[in-house]
Amino acid sequence: MTTMTATTTQVYQLFIRATPEQIWEAITTPEFTAQYFYGARIEVNGERYLSLGPDDSVWGDDPVLEFDPPRRLVHGWRSLYSPELAAEKSSRVTWEIEPQDGGYCLLRVVHDQLEGAPMTAEAVSGGWMMVLSGLKTLLETGKPLAG
Amino acid sequence: MDDDAVFKALADPTRRHLLDRLHERDGRTLSELESELEMSRFGVMKHLRVLEAAGLVVALRSGREKLHYLNPVPIRLIHDRWIDKYTEGHVSALVRLKTTLEDTA
Repeated sequence: MTTMTATTTQVYQLFIRATPEQIWEAITTPEFTAQYFYGARIEVNGERYLSLGPDDSVWGDDPVLEFDPPRRLVHGWRSLYSPELAAEKSSRVTWEIEPQDGGYCLLRVVHDQLEGAPMTAEAVSGGWMMVLSGLKTLLETGKPLAG
Repeated sequence: MDDDAVFKALADPTRRHLLDRLHERDGRTLSELESELEMSRFGVMKHLRVLEAAGLVVALRSGREKLHYLNPVPIRLIHDRWIDKYTEGHVSALVRLKTTLEDTA
């Protein structure tokens, strides 16, 4: 889909009409993530980021590097759902939640340290947009993104 | 949050060109972007500010440098809200017809 080359840092941000606590809950609890993250049930605590696919296969099992609810989460990333991508080096995902005026928060996701994972970089770039767009829809309407 | 700002930012060829440059290679300094445009530094800054205000470009500090990144999410949101809805069924059939006819022409 994309022809981006040699991108080692990807930045995504959007405004979501929700509290930091709601956003934090939506990105760290499996009941929520299953509704917008390609069906993945993602469980995050201070040590571990575990992502299970709808068929219970492990999609991601990475260390949590920073855990500061409800403002900042940093964890490792390896795409275990694909043997080809899983063979690449680990990268890093940072979630930042900043409260704004009017009941909105700015959510910024930075996926970096992708130097050793060019195929992962290519594969996740469209995926993050789908995930974040779905997260926004879920939090603002209570419904998963249609289609 | 503000679709108007995104449409307005996209309604300018120089700004679309800047987005294309960042899509090609992300995380660039103002000087790098400026060197690819026939425009003053001030002009490029002005356009980048409009893109940043619309959330289409995010500037992050890296040491002493300020790097500009393309943030494609607002375009995705516009796609979900404004494009998906109108491109179902018969509309996409017409687009396919146009593409096929133009490709073979």
